Amino acid sequence: MADRTASQQQPKRVGLFVTCLVDLVRPSVGFAAVKLLEEAGCTVEVPPQTCCGQPAFNSGDRNTARDIAERVIAAFEPCDYVVAPSGSCAGMLKTHYPELFHGDPNWLPRVTAFCAKTFELTAFLVDVLKVAKVTARFPGTITYHDACSGLRELGIKAQPRRLLASVAGLTLKEMPDADVCCGFGGTFCVKYPEISNAIVGKKADRIAASGAETVVAADLGCLMNIAGKLQRAGYKVRVRHVAEVLAGMTDIPAIGESQRAALKASA
Amino acid sequence: MNEHLTSPRFKENAHEALGDGNLQQALKFLEENFIARRRQVAAKLPEFERLRDAARDIKDHTLAHLDLYLERYEERVKAAGGHVHFAVTAEEARQIVLAICRNAGARTVTKGKSMVSEEIALNDFLIRQGITAIETDLGEYLIQIRGEMPSHIIAPAVHLTKDQVEADFRRVHTHLPPERTLTESTTLLTEARNVLRERFLAADVGITGANFLVAETGTSIIVTNEGNGDLTQTLPKIHIVLATIEKLVPTLEDVSQLLRVLARSATGQEISVYTTFSTGPRRREDPDGPAEYHVILLDNGRSAMLGGAFQDMLRCIRCGACLNHCPIYHAVGGHAYGWVYPGPMGAVLTPGLVGIDQAGHLPNASTFCGRCEEVCPVRIPLPRMMRAWREREFERHLSPAAARRGLALWAALAKRPRLYGAAASAAAFLLGFVGQFRGRFRRLPLASGWTRHRDFPAPEGRTFQAQWRGGRRR
Repeated sequence: MADRTASQQQPKRVGLFVTCLVDLVRPSVGFAAVKLLEEAGCTVEVPPQTCCGQPAFNSGDRNTARDIAERVIAAFEPCDYVVAPSGSCAGMLKTHYPELFHGDPNWLPRVTAFCAKTFELTAFLVDVLKVAKVTARFPGTITYHDACSGLRELGIKAQPRRLLASVAGLTLKEMPDADVCCGFGGTFCVKYPEISNAIVGKKADRIAASGAETVVAADLGCLMNIAGKLQRAGYKVRVRHVAEVLAGMTDIPAIGESQRAALKASA
Repeated sequence: MNEHLTSPRFKENAHEALGDGNLQQALKFLEENFIARRRQVAAKLPEFERLRDAARDIKDHTLAHLDLYLERYEERVKAAGGHVHFAVTAEEARQIVLAICRNAGARTVTKGKSMVSEEIALNDFLIRQGITAIETDLGEYLIQIRGEMPSHIIAPAVHLTKDQVEADFRRVHTHLPPERTLTESTTLLTEARNVLRERFLAADVGITGANFLVAETGTSIIVTNEGNGDLTQTLPKIHIVLATIEKLVPTLEDVSQLLRVLARSATGQEISVYTTFSTGPRRREDPDGPAEYHVILLDNGRSAMLGGAFQDMLRCIRCGACLNHCPIYHAVGGHAYGWVYPGPMGAVLTPGLVGIDQAGHLPNASTFCGRCEEVCPVRIPLPRMMRAWREREFERHLSPAAARRGLALWAALAKRPRLYGAAASAAAFLLGFVGQFRGRFRRLPLASGWTRHRDFPAPEGRTFQAQWRGGRRR
């Protein structure tokens, strides 16, 4: 499916950083990422892993964040690339890890090499592998939410849209303020639940008003927040990770949806 | 000094704000207008991003040589016939203002909009000393008659609706005939003007802030849209400029670059209506101007930020773009932050000025969405500095005990992949099993912060890593 040049005949060894949320809550996203990467000619490995360390880093616990960062860097050292199906985690790995090793000459070369080979999934597919289209089909309308870290730390905006545009049958309906935060913010959503609720409430209204049947984003944290609010507010919009749609794995229930509801929806 | 500080009550303040219908209406207006205006005006200027770089570099250069520029500035102000007073603390600044007023036998002081005067709670102080202080900026005037703090650094009364303003005018301006219409912005402005004009003429001292202080000329500059600042500083006998030390800029050329990003970032104007340059008192050939010109240069914690993790905050030119683009500010407004400086810039600056033990909520109440940094005209890394405050808090054991315990437990697991894998598998299995029927939870023990407002999606049942080790590939 991807146009590859002769120089890229050796398959790329990609280490999948699956992210703690995907690992725990929605492994299907991980398998969707594997499918996309393999179809693009990569071999995928999954080194033992826990989390990128962001909860510690953003809670001011630098030592724990650094400890976890060292383990992640070491675990992925044999891989040619590190790919995460999350702009937030990829942003942590790529833009914040260097801050944790500031002024440490022993680690800095390793960190620099690690950052250079680390990518968010859709950015990796489009920018590195030059994937122009995917083989998936999705009959329906989708609206895309730009999760903050991917957008502002990694500059990801065009890549997922380009890939979605190649999905057969899919119509993209943009919503206003697609680039405004959903109010998740990691621990923020439980530390300041009322404020988080006000923000995700606006987001849910925007999504519903777009008229799209499904909302898609590239970060499971944001998606869980958005799905939880849409469902509590009684909206019927379904919520999926972009990798599921791109990999054509939309036969599984949407986020927060039961098997039964999924069967009913597909019937 | 901080009698009005309610930052420790941030959560309660936010709760009230979320339930305040007038406030929510006013915030909607702010969100809809300021963002679109900035976007339009920035798009019209191809060099806008490069101007932001230049603005950042000018401020960085000044901060790196601040001692030098302060000396030069003082020298130039004196050469122009003005006086310079250095104040280390808020109390010192208040006493200097009082001494100048007493010396002149002043009874009435008019004020142009000045956030530094809010920072040192000058009005309350002057009133206690028997001196009447009158705010002349419309927004500041409104919050003065309401006994409130500003809720925004450039639009102090942005939290009010027009109906509320009309009600306040009818309450305070008792001369108003009931049939007089006060339903439009213009009629409200006219009413304020009529009242304030007399005050301008009666004032003995005029106090303004400064957007910039120019070292090469000893000039103070204010940027306004109402013209009240000009009347404040030219009509009374004495003009006092109250400014903090980081307002210094080397040259007029530098100011002209900063002005190009200031108004665009702030209100979406290409330039503000009035940009007024003051250098010393009235000269013999001047048609008007004050007989005395004083500058009070206040430190109040700034010099302690130099050379440290928060130095970049001193680049701030107070445009308010970070407030205008902040989802938290849009939700709760400025008063919830509990002091003078709200929004992302306040979340970084306030802990530096009142202490992280008092203002700990502010840098925590952020999703780190990064929109503030994206629009900051001097590219202050606001999220990074909020995180730096969280680190200070963590080091000093100021964060809540429950949060610390939760983090420690999580950290112990996250450092041990096998143990973590076992715990994650157990959690995924349990939650997946219980949640499989509905696909989500309406309630979850220990997660009420989440489930009070949203459902929690049920996990699929087996972790990715367990399935991968088990041989599943697709």
